[in-house]
Amino acid sequence: MKISSIIPIVAALPIGAWSQTVPSPVPQDEVFSREEIGHALAPPTPEAGRTAASSANAPADDGQWTMPSKNYASTRFSSLTEITTGNVKTLTPDFTFSLAVNKGQEAAPIVADNTLYVVTAYPNLVYALDLTRPGAPLKWKFAPKPAPASQGVACCDVVNRGGSVSNGKYIFNTLDGQTIALDVKTGKPLWRTQLGNFVKGETITMAPLVANGRVYVGNAGGEMGVRGWIIALDENTGKLVWRAYDTGPDAEVLIGADFKPHYTEDQGKDLGVKTWPPEAWKIGGGNVWGWITYDPELNTVYHGTGNPGPWNNAQRPGDNKWTAGLFARDPASGSAHWYYQYSPHDEHDYDGVNEQILLDMPFAGKMQKVLIHPDRNGYVYVIERTTGTVLSADPYGPVNSTKGVDLQSGKPIINPAKQTKLGETVRNICPTASGAKDWNPSSFSPQTGLIYIPHENMCMDWMSMEVNYISGTPYVGANVHMKPGPGGNRGELTAWDPVQRRPAWTVKENFPLWSSTMVTAGDIVFYGTMDGWFKAVSARTGDLLWRYKVDSGIISQPVSYRGPDGHQYIAVLSGVGGWSGAVVSGPVDPRDGSAALGMVNAMSDLPKYTTAGGTLYVFSLPH
Amino acid sequence: MFSRFPIEMAALAVLLAAGCQKGPQSGQPAEQANRQGIIDSALSPGVDHSLVSGDPRAAAYYNNADAVNAGKHLFQQYNCSGCHSNGGGGMGPSLMDDEWIYGSRLEQIHQTLVEGRPNGMPAWGGKVPDEQLWQLAVYVRSMSLPQTLAAQQGDTPSQSPAPVPPEADQDAGWSPPPATTNDYTSTTKGPN
Repeated sequence: MKISSIIPIVAALPIGAWSQTVPSPVPQDEVFSREEIGHALAPPTPEAGRTAASSANAPADDGQWTMPSKNYASTRFSSLTEITTGNVKTLTPDFTFSLAVNKGQEAAPIVADNTLYVVTAYPNLVYALDLTRPGAPLKWKFAPKPAPASQGVACCDVVNRGGSVSNGKYIFNTLDGQTIALDVKTGKPLWRTQLGNFVKGETITMAPLVANGRVYVGNAGGEMGVRGWIIALDENTGKLVWRAYDTGPDAEVLIGADFKPHYTEDQGKDLGVKTWPPEAWKIGGGNVWGWITYDPELNTVYHGTGNPGPWNNAQRPGDNKWTAGLFARDPASGSAHWYYQYSPHDEHDYDGVNEQILLDMPFAGKMQKVLIHPDRNGYVYVIERTTGTVLSADPYGPVNSTKGVDLQSGKPIINPAKQTKLGETVRNICPTASGAKDWNPSSFSPQTGLIYIPHENMCMDWMSMEVNYISGTPYVGANVHMKPGPGGNRGELTAWDPVQRRPAWTVKENFPLWSSTMVTAGDIVFYGTMDGWFKAVSARTGDLLWRYKVDSGIISQPVSYRGPDGHQYIAVLSGVGGWSGAVVSGPVDPRDGSAALGMVNAMSDLPKYTTAGGTLYVFSLPH
Repeated sequence: MFSRFPIEMAALAVLLAAGCQKGPQSGQPAEQANRQGIIDSALSPGVDHSLVSGDPRAAAYYNNADAVNAGKHLFQQYNCSGCHSNGGGGMGPSLMDDEWIYGSRLEQIHQTLVEGRPNGMPAWGGKVPDEQLWQLAVYVRSMSLPQTLAAQQGDTPSQSPAPVPPEADQDAGWSPPPATTNDYTSTTKGPN
C-alpha cells in the first residue's frame, strides 16, 4: 500500500504563529472506481417509467415549508417557478435576522401561515417572524433553557437540525433531551416531555418527524456509550406511545411476529443481544440522531441507526445488531417490519442515519417503490421498500474500506487492508469517519430525475485503543486523523442518476459540503459552503448561476416558500460549526490533528476562511 | 515522590518568607490600598496571584517528571482524551492553549477536576484517588508549556510532556487559542 506523506507540523514556532497544514490528499490509486465496485440486481431500464415521488408522499406544493424534508417523500423539491435559471443572477437579500448564537446552525427555516420559524443551536432559542410585515419583525421568541452541562456530552458541536409545524404547533427538540410543542400563536409551550438523560451522555440534536398524529424522536450519544432508541409521542399530549431500542432483546427492539427481514443475517432471535459480547449492547450505541421518514402510502416509518460503540471494534466482536442499519416499522405500534444492516460490525464510525428519499423508480423493467439512501459508508443504496431488498449499491465518494456490496447476502465486501487495528495506525481509509456524506440531506427533482447529494471527499488514518466505559464520558477508543480524498477537494456536489447508476455531473468544493441541497422547479439547486458562499447551480448541468457571500459558513438546510405577496423566497441559515466546523465555532485548537475526533487534521485552515456566526438570510428577486 | 515533598516545602517556605520580607513598595497605589485593608480583585476564580500555589499539596508535583507522565496515562484511562483529544479539545475545550477559564494554577486545575464545571465537565472528586487528580492536573498544566509544545512531533501534541516548574504558576493571564475565531491578539493570515 502506498502511504501518502503527511506534512510535519513545526511545533517550535511561537504561540500564535500559523503552523497548521492540511495533509496531502490520498492518492487516486488508493480507492476503487465506481465501475469496479458498483453492483445492481438488474441493468437499467429507464423505458419502464419516470422516477417521481407518489402524490401521497409528496402532495401538491402549497408554497409553505412546514417540515425540514419538505414532504414525507423527503424530496426537498419546491415547485415554485418565479426564480429561474435566467433571472436567479438578480437574487438579492430581502431581510436578515441575527440568531444570537454563534454555534453550528444546521436547522431548516420553517414557513407556515406567513410565519417563519427557526430554532438555533444550543441554547435552542426559537424565533417566530411575521412575514406579512416589512422586515419580518419578531412575533415571539421562546428560550427553553436546556441544561448547560448537556453541552459537554454533545459529540460534535451543540447543533439542532430543526423543528416542524403541525396543527398549530411548532415542535422541536432540545440538546438536553426534551421534545417541546409550542403554540404557534403565542410561543408558549403546550407540552414538554423529557426523553433523554444527558447525565449519562444522552442528547437530542435531530429534527423530530411529525406525522399521522405522532411525533417521532430519537436520541444521540453514540460516542458516549448511549443505547439508541426511537420514540413515538402523541402529537397532542406529548405522552409516550411506544419506544423501540436498537440494541438488546427483541422485546425491547419491538421485533415480533411481523418481522420479515430479507437477508438471512438479520433472521434469528435476540440478535441484538447475541451479536455482542455479554452486556455490551447496553452501551452499544445504534442511536437515531438522523432522519426519520414516514410513508403514508405503505403506512411505514423508516429510520436509520447509528454507529456501534465504542469505535474500537476489538471491544465488541460480532455484527452488533441493530446498529448502522435501517429499520422499517409500524407507525402505530413501533413493531419492526424489516431491517437491513449497511455496515455489520462497523469499524469506521459509519452511522446509518442519513436521509431516506421515497420514490417510485423504474428498475428491472417495472416501476418499483424504492427508498434511496446515500450512506456514510460511501454507497448510495436503492432499496425496494416493501421488503427491504437492496436493488443497487454504488459508490458516490472515495471508497476503499469495502469492495462493493454483495447483493445476494446484502453484506459489504470487507477490504482487509483497511480494517482498523488495536494499537496500530491504518492509513488512508476511505471514506473518513464522518462518511462519504454526513447528516446533511440530498434533494430530488422530478423534472430531472436526479438526486443532488451534498457530500465529502475525505479519508483518514485510524488507530484503535482500549477504552473504559465511564458513564457520561466519551466511549470512543480511537485516535483519528482525517485528510482530503483523491484530488484534494474536500467536498463535492454530485447529481446522481439513480436509474443509470452514475453521476450526471459533479461540482468540486474546497471544504466538505455540510449543508443540505434544495432544488426548485426553476431547475436550480441551492446549497451553502463552509466558507460562507450560498450558491445556485443549474439542476441540469451544475453550472454556477449565482452566489452570495454570507457572514459565516453554511451548514444548514435551505428552503423555498411563497411569501404573502405571492413572490418566491429562498431562506437559509449561516453559522459554521458542526463536527467539521468545530475548529471555528468550538473550543478547539488547530495544533491537535486528533481534536474533534480527528476532524481538525483536515480542517485546520478553515479559520482562515470564515468566522463563527449565526444569521437567517432570506432572498428574493427584486420586486 | 513523597520523599521530595519536604524539599519542595522548604523551597516554598523560603519563597514565601522572601516575599514577606520584601514588603510593599512605596508609590504603588494598589499596594497602598492593600495596606489600608481594601481587597484587590484578581478577576480569577479562587485565589490571588502570588508566585506559587497556595495549596501545599501542589508542591510535590512541581518539577516532577513522574507525575506528569503518570497524568498522561491517566488522561487516556479516564477518557479525558475523549473530550479534550490530545490537548486540542473537541467536546471539551482545548487544554494546550493559554486560555484558562477557571485558572491555570495547579490547585485551580485540581479544583476543576474535583468539582467539575457547569458546561459539561464532570466532577471527579471522590471517584478518582486524589493523588491521581494532582497527576492529571500537572499533565494538563504541562500541555501548554513552551517545552511541551516544542517537543510536539507531527500532529499529535502532548506526547512528551515537560515537568511543570513552580514558575508556571505565576499569573498566566488570559489569551485565546491561537489563530481561532476567539483569537483577537495574534495574526491569522487569509487563504492566499
